[in-house]
This record gives sequence, C-alpha cells and structure tokens, in this order.
Amino acid sequence: MKRFTQVKGIVAPMDRANVDTDMIIPKNFLKSIKRTGFGKNLFDELRYLDEGQPDQDCSGRPLNKEFPLNFPRYQGASILLTRENFGCGSSREHAPWALDDYGFRAVIAPSFADIFFNNSFKNGLLPIVLEENTVEQLFQELYANEGYELAIDLQQQVVVTPSGERFSFEIDEFRKHCLLHGLDDIGLTLQEADAIRAYEERRKQQAPWLFGAVK
Amino acid sequence: MAGKTLYDKLWDAHLVKQRDDGSALIYIDRHIIHEVTSPQAFEGLRLAGRKPWRLDSIVATPDHNVPTTVKERASGVAGIEDPVSRIQVQTLDDNCDEFGILEFKINDRRQGIVHVIGPETGACLPGMTIVCGDSHTATNGALGALAHGIGTSEVEHVMATQCLVAKKMKNMLIKVDGQLAAGVTAKDVVLAIIAKIGTAGGTGYAMEFGGQVFRDMSMEGRMTVCNMAIEAGARAGMVAVDDTTIDYVKGRTFAPTGEQWQAAVANWRELVSDGDAVFDKVVELDGSKIQPQVSWGTSPEMVLPVDACVPDPAQVKDPVKKAGIERALQYMGLAAGQKITDIHVDRVFIGSCTNSRIEDIRAAAAVAKGHKVAGSVIQAMVVPGSGQVKAQAEAEGLDQVLIEAGFEWREPGCSMCLAMNADKLGNGEHCASTSNRNFEGRQGYGGRTHLVSPAMAAAAAIAGHFVNVQDLKGTQA
Repeated sequence: MKRFTQVKGIVAPMDRANVDTDMIIPKNFLKSIKRTGFGKNLFDELRYLDEGQPDQDCSGRPLNKEFPLNFPRYQGASILLTRENFGCGSSREHAPWALDDYGFRAVIAPSFADIFFNNSFKNGLLPIVLEENTVEQLFQELYANEGYELAIDLQQQVVVTPSGERFSFEIDEFRKHCLLHGLDDIGLTLQEADAIRAYEERRKQQAPWLFGAVK
Repeated sequence: MAGKTLYDKLWDAHLVKQRDDGSALIYIDRHIIHEVTSPQAFEGLRLAGRKPWRLDSIVATPDHNVPTTVKERASGVAGIEDPVSRIQVQTLDDNCDEFGILEFKINDRRQGIVHVIGPETGACLPGMTIVCGDSHTATNGALGALAHGIGTSEVEHVMATQCLVAKKMKNMLIKVDGQLAAGVTAKDVVLAIIAKIGTAGGTGYAMEFGGQVFRDMSMEGRMTVCNMAIEAGARAGMVAVDDTTIDYVKGRTFAPTGEQWQAAVANWRELVSDGDAVFDKVVELDGSKIQPQVSWGTSPEMVLPVDACVPDPAQVKDPVKKAGIERALQYMGLAAGQKITDIHVDRVFIGSCTNSRIEDIRAAAAVAKGHKVAGSVIQAMVVPGSGQVKAQAEAEGLDQVLIEAGFEWREPGCSMCLAMNADKLGNGEHCASTSNRNFEGRQGYGGRTHLVSPAMAAAAAIAGHFVNVQDLKGTQA
C-alpha cells in the first residue's frame, strides 16, 4: 500500500451532503477486473454531459463546465472537501480506487459512511473528519481564494490552512501506523496465524456445525 | 454487570484477538463472493502467492452482471451479449475453478442473488459471522448472525486469513411495536425507519431490530428489513433468533442435521439480547401508524407515506438540506408540493436482494391477479432472487398470474436494481422499484427510482401511477 505521511495540495470542492458511491463511480465502470484506470470516470455522470461507457477514451467527451472538477482553478487537486455522510451506499472499493487514480490523497468531511471510510485506508487515501463548522469555514476560504491549498500531516494528525490555522483530527492508532508505513494488512494478520488456528480448534469443539464443508 | 446484546454475543464468540491499539481480529465463518468485487482480490492472492485459508467457507455465484432473459441465458456465460460483463462472469468461473471454490454457476438452479442464496441454501446460519463484498450482506443478519459488507481489499484479507480486522461498533436498538395495518409490509417498515433516522443515522452502529412487529414478521420480511440497514448507515442489521428462525433453517441443504442440529439449536436459542442489555441508542416507532411508503427523491431517506405530498424546499431552513431537496426535485422532474399519487410510472421493477423472495412474488401476484398492467407503463418486470425462488413461484402458478396481468417473468439476478446488465431505465423514466437505492443514475443513466414494496409496485403497475395499495379495489392486499 502507498504510504501517507504529509500531503500539501490544491483543494477541490464537492459541495453536497450524502455523496454516494454510485455518484463517485457509476456501476457501468465496475465491470473492469483491474484496480486501476477508474480516475477518468470519477464522478462520471456529473463531470461529463454524455453517458460514459467502460474502456472509452474520455478525452473527446463533452465536459460539464458547471462541475467544479472541470474548473481550471481546481486542476491538479489532491484534497477533496465535501459534506456529511460522504461515500454512502455500496461497498465498492472502486470508489476510493477512482479517487486515488484521479489524484486525490485525502478527503475532508464532517462524516463518512462506514464501508467507504474503511476501504479508503486500504488504499492510502486518508479520510479526515473535521467539525461541521470547520468544514464550512474551509469551504468559504476555498471559494474566496483561487489556488487554495491545505497541508496535511498524518504523524501530527493536523490540517494546516494557508494562514497557519491548525485543525487536529482523530485516527485509529492501527490505521495510522499502517498508512505511515504503507503496511500490508494481510501480512500483519498472518503474523497471528497461531492465534487463528487456536481459535479454530476451540471453536470446532464448541460449534462443529460451523465447519461443515459446503459442496 | 449489564447483560449482553445480540451483537455483543456474536462479537465475543468470534473474537480471535483484541489488540492493544483498539483493533481486533474477528473470525469469519462464511464468505460469499460474486463477480464484481472479487477479481482484484483473487489477483492480489496470486501476486502474493497466497492461498485461501479455508476453501470450504466460501460460496460463489454470479449475480450482478447476469442477463435475465431466457434467450440470453440459454447458452450460459458465452451467451452474455455485453463483452465486458461476459469477461467478468467468466473471470469468476475461472477463479473459482482454479482455487477449488464452490460456485453456483450462471445456469445452476442454485444460482441467484448472493443475499438470497445464502439463507436459502443454509450456507448462512444463525450465529455465524458472514461477509461478502457487497453492502447488502446485512440481509443475513435476519438469521441472528453478524453479517456485513466489505470492500475488495477485505475480500482478499478474509480469503487469506479467515479474519477481518475490525473495531467493535456501538449498539443500536430499533424497536417497532404494535401491529401493522393490512397492505403494510416489511419494506414499508424499513423505509419508515430510514425516513426517521436518516441515511447516516446508523453510522458506527450495529442495528438490532426488536419489538412485536419483527417478532410477528416472516424470515423473508426480516431479511428485507436487515437488507436496508446499510441505507440507514449501519453496516450490520440483525434480528434475534426465535422459532421463526429455527423453523426457517431446518432442512436447508447446508444446515446441520441429527445430533449437530440439536446442539446448534440449543446454541442458537441464546442468540437474543439479554433483558438487561444496554444499547447506546434506542429508536422507537409505532408499527400501527406506518403507512405504505414511496421514495420521492435521490436518497433513501427522501421517503414519505403514499398519501403525502412531495416537500417544498422553500419551507426548509438548513441550506445544505434545502439545496439537497432542490437538486433531488430537479433530477426527479417533480414539482414542490406535488401529490405522490400523481407521479406516473414508466417502468416497474419487482426484484433485488431486498424484495425477490417467494413472499415478495406472492405479494405482487396477489395484487396483480385479475388486473392488467396499465397501457402507459412501458415495462413491468418480475425478477426472482434465485433459481429456487423461481421454481417455487412457478410451482405455485404465480408466474402465470403475473404474465396474465402483463408482467415479464425473468431469470434470476440483480437486474435493474443497479442495471449492470441489460435491464435498465431510459433517461428521465420513472420506475416503481422494490430495490434499495434511489441514487441518481442507479437504475440507468438519468433514470428516476421510487422505492416501494412489491405490493405497492404491482399496484402502481396496474394504476399507471402511485396508488395506496390499501385502496385498490378487488385485490387481496
């Protein structure tokens, strides 16, 4: 997994609540059997004026000029600022894959849906929860200043504005550790293989029906 | 010390290791996989040279991409017209064959929607931890199990380690007492719950559904309710074990038998929240006051009783909410204050992991019997959740009742719930749908979804617009 230590970059707005994963990456692009290449279809139905198809070259498609990601001022953005309950809906990991592939490294919101939140950490994408009024303040600063950038320091658990204002955020120790070091979750769990086998032996005595093979 | 909730008991029984940093390893008993969220996980295993930890814990079936017409299904995977869908289904077959995983392939009679076949085959049992790379896995919580959706990285993690890295959620009790009125179903109950607590109301919680309404409810109804826990923000929904649960499980293909059955039942009887268990949050609804529901907007919380009117954003103060309503009305092509019963439907979809079980087909057929789909409705389709549901419905003659009324009777799959196959809405079309999500574009580019129960969907098909199924003459609602 990609490491996350510090990120400083342009912020783009997604100024609505309850952004669902169907909106982040519509289902017609989930037919891919790869993990990469979803960036060009991020927010597809909002970004383009026509209906997108999988494996299509998007360079000639008509852009929705009113959608912020298409504004010149937000090109190259690496931080997405949005509203409550971001990532609700389906469990598709294609949503963080698409955000990552587009170039986002972090998403800031007052709250996230559970599965999206969890999936993001597996892909080096940092979801940051800040208070609702802080998010509102950041939106106002973002709209007022072209080229608005934020700096994120994971070790310090802090978001820093251009004026030097600092907002700290919470993160689970385990997730922080994995992100900082780009650690493979599976490798870590397999270090506990003996504990897993011991559990299985104990459980087979208590509830043998759970180990009946399906065939 | 306070007693334990059902969720506490399920968590404790599966705890492999509690780590110092607050995370834990939870053992997974059953892993269901489908074609959309598994290919990258298999690829990950191959790249790392890993093998599945416990092959016999995994069951696979293709559902999201499969066509539902007899013609396209006739020649199996090769018959799937969309080449990208065909590759994805073929990849699942190839992966299952390579690793030796049990798969109900496209034309196996046991094939169906993952969340329908799990309980139906007995692959999913009370007391289990169940995961699937699909957010509606919570459906299985109706069995008194801890079931939730996971992402693809976690699919790979569970295959490789039989465990999930998790953090214990908080406990929420949704208590609905009283008796439901005629024509009011499990779907209406869960939509009313989401309307009350919102799509983020259950975020961070495991949600138990308790109270008289759920005690009286069939297993199919409980599955409908648990299925949509995620639409209320909760990864897991569940109902305590009772006689209804045990009667349902008995005799299913993979259910235990003989002495093991006796031991299992004794164990399952414990799967109820203790009387003195403490929930972090309790939400109560009066079941007798719930009416048939219809969603009007682009989020499952945008739902109202069928006799209500669409909201007027001018009456809403919160700017974010107000903008949300304005955007939803514009997308849905509705006017503020419009009567829900004045919304015309272009297509009707009865199916999905929410409402495609035998009871749902029966409810639709009971309303449709002796009527005809309105001439203004372009298409009304019924898609059974599995080959077994289809066979049972046909044995009961329900397919004939529906066909007679003008509905199409299809082959099993996810179909128009998320339109990954050929079944989709046209731009701007309104659909009375028994599925679970009314997000923009969910059922097709520019499509407009209204979430309803199977009885309400059938009633809308006949009337050509939304109608209170309780008022429809000559039906058995």
